[in-house]
Amino acid sequence: MESKDTIIELKGISKVFEDDGFKAVDNFNLEVKRGEFVTFLGPSGCGKTTTLRMIAGFDVPTEGDILLNGKSIIGLPPYERPINTVFQRYALFPHMNVYDNIAFGLRQKKTPKDMIDRKVGRVLELVDLEGFERRAIRTLSGGQQQRIAIARALVNEPEILLLDEPLGALDLKMRKEMQLELKDMHNKLGITFIYVTHDQEEALTMSDKIVVMSEGRTQQIGTPEDIYNEPANAFVADFIGESNIFNGMMTGHLKARFCGGEFVCVDDFEEGTHITAVVRPEDVEITAPGHGTINGIVDSVIFKGIHYEITVLSGKNEIVIQTVHNARVGDRVGLRVDPENIHIMLAEDHTNLFYADVNHDFRLEYNGHHLDTSLTRIIKGSKRREDGTVVDGNGDILEPDRVRILVSLMPDDIEMTDDQDAGLIQGTISNLIYKGDHYSYIIHTELEQDFVVNDEDLWNMGDRVSLLMPVDKMKFTLKKK
Amino acid sequence: MRFSRKSLGIPYAVFLVIFVAAPLLFLFYYAFTNGQGQFTVWNFTHFFTDPNTLGTLYYSLLLALVTTMVCLLLAYPVAYFLATSTMRTKPVVLMLFVMPMWINFSLRITALKEILNVLEGNLAMHPFLNAVVGMTYDFLPFMILPIYTTISRLDGALREAAMDLGANRVQTFLRVTLPLSVPGIISGVSMVFLPAMTNYVVLDMLYNSTYIMGSLIGSYFSAYNWHGGSMISLILLALICIFTLLTGNEEESVGRGGALL
Repeated sequence: MESKDTIIELKGISKVFEDDGFKAVDNFNLEVKRGEFVTFLGPSGCGKTTTLRMIAGFDVPTEGDILLNGKSIIGLPPYERPINTVFQRYALFPHMNVYDNIAFGLRQKKTPKDMIDRKVGRVLELVDLEGFERRAIRTLSGGQQQRIAIARALVNEPEILLLDEPLGALDLKMRKEMQLELKDMHNKLGITFIYVTHDQEEALTMSDKIVVMSEGRTQQIGTPEDIYNEPANAFVADFIGESNIFNGMMTGHLKARFCGGEFVCVDDFEEGTHITAVVRPEDVEITAPGHGTINGIVDSVIFKGIHYEITVLSGKNEIVIQTVHNARVGDRVGLRVDPENIHIMLAEDHTNLFYADVNHDFRLEYNGHHLDTSLTRIIKGSKRREDGTVVDGNGDILEPDRVRILVSLMPDDIEMTDDQDAGLIQGTISNLIYKGDHYSYIIHTELEQDFVVNDEDLWNMGDRVSLLMPVDKMKFTLKKK
Repeated sequence: MRFSRKSLGIPYAVFLVIFVAAPLLFLFYYAFTNGQGQFTVWNFTHFFTDPNTLGTLYYSLLLALVTTMVCLLLAYPVAYFLATSTMRTKPVVLMLFVMPMWINFSLRITALKEILNVLEGNLAMHPFLNAVVGMTYDFLPFMILPIYTTISRLDGALREAAMDLGANRVQTFLRVTLPLSVPGIISGVSMVFLPAMTNYVVLDMLYNSTYIMGSLIGSYFSAYNWHGGSMISLILLALICIFTLLTGNEEESVGRGGALL
């Protein structure tokens, strides 16, 4: 049954690009209510813009259906859809003045001249640019062009307004201003907004509903509060806000072991389950040594204005803490977290997540072992310069101390061996489950990290093993500290 | 003496003086003198009163106009298609159109002559048609390239924006793509129209009896009437200057995206 106030529904949308076979969007499902402000949020290449383009009609899905007010619009070209778009770099017509740009859509609909005049005037007022009718586009600033682009779309009174990273080209102050203004316009006009951004703060500020996407798939759909407070998986937790993410294992009823300690939590899973624990930096409390769940040494303290960002090393685990209390580098401290602030989730597909470091030769390192891959392959648009340093797509030098690389590796791709020096890391088998055709093992490593490994052979609890982790099977994501 | 970067310009400056500035001065001198070296405007008035020279001027204009139109009509669809298509063989197709420019000019025209001969039997039957065909063949790449460059530099989002605002493909082309490709059209037109008025070598090689401005100047000089020939050259130069000024202004007002070539 179609809900009465559903304006657009995307059913099992997939998009495979013909030329390179790249699957940009994979089985995307979404219902948008009339008047809602929905944001597609995700890193570049996650399929959010492709999804938007399919709603606009510029791309045709390879599978699935799009229903507007209950009727399929798959076959409609963009010019027959009651949907308008605000483009990423505005796409204003350079050979027309402001008035002609805004009037473009109305003239297309054969609106009478005096009506066009009135509507253009009204929409210019809405975007705060009264009297700009005769201005040439190239005389406008970026912010003004952005407003005209919004006006040009809104003047057609679309049922849905699509916005493709509309604030990306503006400076920070302007962006904040426009965020509030857009939100204001949305409230005033009651039009459904579908907004695409990679900026999590922007998404949290503006949206009624956020769709977090990664690699063409929906990771979580929910209100900003839901997504921040109850991330569905490690990707969402990591992408929205800052997070400490640990691999661990359930050790009993409401008890989880991670980061070298046993924490009490409120989410329960079966004992021996491989879990991912997420703790927000603002939820970690510093106590006197021995009074917390784990102990550590303060590694760095950065003053950020409203708080200090403190990094504590506990064993080889790094915990980032935001607090209003200062600490000194080298202090021994205890750390505790309230049970309700520990978010425990099933390790998704039991994927192993861990951080690798960038050393001063700009090579990747994990547990003191060199990972045989090139940084320039991991970071889009980056280049290695002649002096050996690596610059990112914007030409900024990468500072080894300020970045780390999140590595994900599937349990099937890791191999166990008795030869202790052969693998990247050693550990002890702390749990095993028979899964029909293979065993699933949890290896508790020397870095206080738990890995899941699938193996057909039977090993024993307590066996010491070394883990062979093939670099070509690893997936990498750049993280700024 | 200290070496300054300006000294790098000296060879070209010398070249400019010997081969451009000095001949221009001679051109002026001869145009406004008679056989006895006395100042006169007779060459000027003669050009605009003699029905023969005026007839040649009109005929050249007509020929250049038709050639330009034919080039434009042939080149625009090709350039548009190449610039907007996403096919991978695009550079190859573009090269096929440009490649004739790399083949020796006289070989090209001789080949064309033979083809026309076969088709028409006698080249003398259609002098105007043959002139247009020959020049179109020779100048077409100069029309395709600037239009192609201009269209392929247009932001694809502009076309999408027009469609998003309710324009179908034809309306999108007429209201957005075509107006924005005007700089390329102008640049192509000026690269075809001007040579088409004067380049009589093509016609000569086609054994074409058509008489254009270039042929007229050539005949004056071969008859040792340097004064008349210089005046006609000067008048053509003035026409070209006016044309360039007009289109130059136009190009600026149309906006950025001027064609490269």
